[in-house]
Amino acid sequence: MKKVNKALLTSVSLLSAAIVAGCGEQATTDKKQAAFVEINKDPFPSTYQPLPTETTLISNVNMYDGVGGMAQGVSVLLDNGKIVAIGDDIDASSVSNIIDGTDKWLTPGIIDVHSHLGVYATPDAGSHADGNEMTKPVTAAVWAEHSIWPQDPGFRRALAGGVTTLQILPGSANLVGGRSVTIKNLPGRVIQDMKFPDAPYGLKMACGENPKRVYGQKGGPMTRMGNVAGYRQAWSDAQDYKRAWEKYQADYEAGKDAKPPKRDLNKETLMGVLDGEILVHMHCYRADDMGTMIDVMKEFDYQIASFQHAVEAYKIADKLAENNICSAMWADWWGFKMEAYDGIRENVPMVEAANACAIVHSDSDIGIQRLNQEAAKALSDGQRAGIDISKAQAWTWLTSNAAKSLGIFEQTGSLQVGKNADVVLWTAEPFSTYAQAEMVFIDGGLAYDRNKPEQWAISDYELGQIGEGDRK
Amino acid sequence: MRTLTITAIALATALSSSAYAEKLALVGGTIHTMGTAGTIENGTVVIEDGKISQVSKQALTLDDSYRIIDTSGKVVTPGFIGAYTSLGLVEVPSWANTVDAYVENSPYHAALDAGSAVTTDTTLRNISRIEGITSAATALGAADSMFLGQGAFITLGNDADPVLKHRAFMSIDVSNSGADKMAGSRASMWQSLNDALAEAEYAKSIELTPQTEWHGTLSKADAKALIPVINGDMPVLFKVHRAADIRQLLRLKQAFKNLDITLVGVAEGWRVAEQIAAADIEVIVNPESNLPYAFEQNGATLENAARLHQAGVKVAIGMDTHNIRLAPQQAGNAVANGLPYQAGLAALTTVPAKIYGIDDTLGRLQPGMQADVVVWSGDPLEVMVAPTNVIINGEEVKLESRQTKLRDRYLTIDEKKPQQYTRP
Repeated sequence: MKKVNKALLTSVSLLSAAIVAGCGEQATTDKKQAAFVEINKDPFPSTYQPLPTETTLISNVNMYDGVGGMAQGVSVLLDNGKIVAIGDDIDASSVSNIIDGTDKWLTPGIIDVHSHLGVYATPDAGSHADGNEMTKPVTAAVWAEHSIWPQDPGFRRALAGGVTTLQILPGSANLVGGRSVTIKNLPGRVIQDMKFPDAPYGLKMACGENPKRVYGQKGGPMTRMGNVAGYRQAWSDAQDYKRAWEKYQADYEAGKDAKPPKRDLNKETLMGVLDGEILVHMHCYRADDMGTMIDVMKEFDYQIASFQHAVEAYKIADKLAENNICSAMWADWWGFKMEAYDGIRENVPMVEAANACAIVHSDSDIGIQRLNQEAAKALSDGQRAGIDISKAQAWTWLTSNAAKSLGIFEQTGSLQVGKNADVVLWTAEPFSTYAQAEMVFIDGGLAYDRNKPEQWAISDYELGQIGEGDRK
Repeated sequence: MRTLTITAIALATALSSSAYAEKLALVGGTIHTMGTAGTIENGTVVIEDGKISQVSKQALTLDDSYRIIDTSGKVVTPGFIGAYTSLGLVEVPSWANTVDAYVENSPYHAALDAGSAVTTDTTLRNISRIEGITSAATALGAADSMFLGQGAFITLGNDADPVLKHRAFMSIDVSNSGADKMAGSRASMWQSLNDALAEAEYAKSIELTPQTEWHGTLSKADAKALIPVINGDMPVLFKVHRAADIRQLLRLKQAFKNLDITLVGVAEGWRVAEQIAAADIEVIVNPESNLPYAFEQNGATLENAARLHQAGVKVAIGMDTHNIRLAPQQAGNAVANGLPYQAGLAALTTVPAKIYGIDDTLGRLQPGMQADVVVWSGDPLEVMVAPTNVIINGEEVKLESRQTKLRDRYLTIDEKKPQQYTRP
């Protein structure tokens, strides 16, 4: 997958700030050229602040490290928001907060790469249906973060299930649905407070049945071939737009009084994909749809980070591995529409067995609360089919593979020294139905403690309602 | 004969009659009888003629006519019952040919008979039963009235006619969606329900022929259909969530005392748990539903099942169709949130059997009961555990489905010829 150039993102925002500040002066020193116009790529910057932290030692705990490793009876030291030491000889003499992890399990925080919390918030009312801009087939201009209601009670439920990071996507009605956003699962007053610092943007696209069902009666596309024509035209237009900006830059650098192209927010997002800055997450169920999209990807020279739902990934797991595309999958959802009819319970382990990137996702405000159980089901189904995968390896489906597909693996997704202290302490081995997240840390701050109801976050919606502060 | 070849199973399947079912003995497992014998370690279940003939703690001497299934280290339970499904009425719900579970613009409401629409030729049967679901209540999922018609109780065995009990129950929706169908207000909905039951009461006393003069709000067919409901001969299931609506139903039962009520969904049931228990009403819940999907569910909590049970309410679990196989996981999560373990198993066996009045036949492992028995690799409420043997009406079914065949076709990609030539 193409690496997102974060240095570029940062320098671009600095540059645009400088331009705005200095444009008056430039006009006087250069007679021919107006100020160079550059697009601010981060106009809604993260204002995320971690919770207060204290140096914390989780002692004598068993762990899945999220990158395929397992250890028993180790200690993990969290300090200043990071994992600073893992081992059995950590000096605890100066640590005041020591949590006895005996017989418990520690894992990296779960990352759900497919959620609509906030954009389809509960209460499930028309008033809250902000997830799908079903007005035209290509709405790359819309950003999911502008729809998210941070008060959605679902965020707190997901937190109690050990989810520390999640990607919120637009829905799947459109060929190109708009930008997704990766957030920390810590309640904020405004969505910027929840944005994962420096996480790249994603772009939600959708294959198959949904776009044709939604647009078939209103101008098209009404077929799969119409869908593909729509993606290709959109990418072609984006290429044209990209060339226009490149020409503007070249002309400007050549000293010409160049006029910048008119901004087109649809094409701007698509250009971000062509530039390798925005990661494509494509809702595709059928193997043949995925195969077609791999060719579209090659035709326009971008990278698909993941196929989402990928119900038939098992049929083409080799091709997904070859093309370095992750598959985000359910353990066992199937049959609710024709393109989900060939769902099988061994999909995730079969993708793993082909050395392709496998992720377990939810797409559900209920499923997100128990993704550990979803991974457990997929693992056991694979084992019964003769696929030899360990529990430690299966945990990569929930954290490191998910983080890689979102472009945030340098920060989170594993229990490794230097990583953000996004960790979950489980009451029992987390592949058990009976295991529950006991403590959830985000950047070293204790965001959820099952045993301290008085400290649970309660959304504004639930204040003053039936069940306020109840065990949920 | 210790093992049975696949051919022999196929033959037994083809004959498809319990008269030909073999004699089986499940030896050595932990048996949750769900009956008075409780849980038996290292016990034996003996099956003959489609029925359970013995459940024993002692080692039994069995002659060669019994096929022995070694269940040591495993767990044996009654076949799990899908408490509320649309099995047999739907293959693919969205945008794919006829879906018999949804009724639109029908002149009939209470009179609708789901049993008449059921088929066994659905991939959902094998997909569900190989995960331990051996029978189910099946009902219409949506209609253009609060009345969802009459459901059936079906087996997931090999029977050509799967309906064990036609017109097994009436379903009525008194939640938000029911009110929306009845002029958009509970004020209208409850009036309609009261009138309907009163008309059924009246209809008992007359013969409703096409010529009979009739000025009821119900059609004649619907009025007739509700007579067994008010007589208490047909269980009536109410989809309901909010506490106020549950109280309204309890008042309704004061007026129509014979109603045999079960509550379905019942997100706020815990708030009225003691009254529900006092009225001897069972519930069917989704114990994982803990979000305020609507104002009527603001009280939703993961502890709903546990709190209802604590108050003495009998709790059933499992309201899904394509994934009714996840009911054991849901029960496990109810247990993780306070429901006693045996109540978790009862939620999948004895309680749904009692709701549908079929508890003299299904839901327990004891002599005389229909032999729906599942052997599990371990605790059936654990997500990593699965059935190793599924016996329905005395016949062991093959652990095969369209999904396992798809799996087997693609376990190895054939690079030499198209995969469609691979026949697993």
